[in-house]
Amino acid sequence: MEETHLMADSDIKTMTEGLPAPDFETTAFTTPPPLSEATVAIVTSASLHHPDQDDFEVMDTGYRILDGSRRDYVTGHWSPNFDGAGFAYDMNTVFPLDRLDELAERGLIGRVADQHMAYAGNQFDLSTIQMDSGPAGAKWLREQGVDVVLLTPV
Amino acid sequence: MSTLAHVFEAEGMATVALGSIRKQIESTAPPRGLWCDFPLGRPLGKPGDPEFQHRVLAAAFALLDSTEPVFAEFDEAIPDSGDEMLACPLPPRHDPDAHPAVDESRGLRAAYDRGVKMSNGRFGAGRVVAADDIPAAIESFIRITEGTPWAEAGIPGMPMRVSHDIRSYYETAALAMVDHAPAAWASTRWFLDQTETGKVMMAARVAMQEQEAPQPMWFYLTPGDR
Repeated sequence: MEETHLMADSDIKTMTEGLPAPDFETTAFTTPPPLSEATVAIVTSASLHHPDQDDFEVMDTGYRILDGSRRDYVTGHWSPNFDGAGFAYDMNTVFPLDRLDELAERGLIGRVADQHMAYAGNQFDLSTIQMDSGPAGAKWLREQGVDVVLLTPV
Repeated sequence: MSTLAHVFEAEGMATVALGSIRKQIESTAPPRGLWCDFPLGRPLGKPGDPEFQHRVLAAAFALLDSTEPVFAEFDEAIPDSGDEMLACPLPPRHDPDAHPAVDESRGLRAAYDRGVKMSNGRFGAGRVVAADDIPAAIESFIRITEGTPWAEAGIPGMPMRVSHDIRSYYETAALAMVDHAPAAWASTRWFLDQTETGKVMMAARVAMQEQEAPQPMWFYLTPGDR
C-alpha cells in the first residue's frame, strides 16, 4: 500500500496551540484545605457523559453531571484531533476516578466527590462558558462540598 | 480547561489543570497548571499503568501547596513517533459483490462487539450512527468518491460526527484484536492508512473539498493534519 503522510501528535498540537485564549485581568486564586481533608472532583473537557444523558452537540457549551458510582462514561467529543484508544482501553487515561479512589483509601485525599462534571473542549468561543455555564457548574460543585477540582483535557 | 480553572477559583475552589499543549497552557495561564507532554487524548499519559498515572496525580496535587499561581512541567514526556501503526489483522473478503470497504466493515462486526465489551463502549460508534448502520454510512462516503455531490450522498448526519463514528467503530474493533494498549494514534493510523474504509474517508475528504463543500464539512472528517 502506498504510504501517505502519517499524522503526528506534534503537528496537531502546532495547529491548535494558537487558538485564541480568553483574557483574565487577574488570576483568581483559592487556597484549599489540606488535601487529606479536601473533597476532590474531576472536571474534564472530554465531553464525557452517561449513555442515558444527552450527547454533546458540536460547540455545546453546557455540562453533564457524571455519577462517580457508575463507570459507563462515553465520550461525545466531536473533534477528530485526539487519540481515543487510550480512553477506550482505560478510562483513567482521561478520567482518573479509580486513581482518586485509591488516594482516598490511602488517606492522601479527604474524599472523592460523589459526582463529577464534563464540558466539551475545543470551543472557539469561550464567552458562554466563562460567563454562564462555567459559573453555574462551579456553583453546583460548591453545593456538593467540592474543595479541589482536577481539570483534565483530551 | 484553563477558562474553567479561572472561573472555578473565583467561585472558591482550588484547581489543578493538566495540559498537553505547552503554548496553550502558558497562554491561558490557569492558576495551577501542569504541562504534561503527552499525546492529545491521554492527559494521564499511559493507559493501563496506574503507577504512572499516580505519578502524574502526585505532581498535579503538589501544586496545591503553592501560595501563588504556578506553572510546572511533568518530568517525563511521552513522545509520539508520528509513524507507529497498529499491527492488526483485517477480515478476508466475504461478499465479492459488496464494496471492499463495506465488506470489511461487516467483517469487523464481531471484533467491534468484543471491543465494546472490553471498553464499556467508551469510544464506540453511536453518536449519530449505530453499529448496525456503519456499513450504510460508509456507502454514503463511497458515493461521494464516485462523484455524487456530498449533500446528496445520504450522509446520515453531520459529516464530522458520522466520520467519527466510523473511525470509532474501527478503532474499537482493533482494540479487541490486540492484547495491549495501543500507542497513541497507532490505531487511528491503522484505520486511515491500512483499511479500505480509511481509504474511502481520505478520498471522500478530497472529493468534498473539490466539490467546494464548506470547510468544516470536509476538514474534520479526519485529524486535521491529514
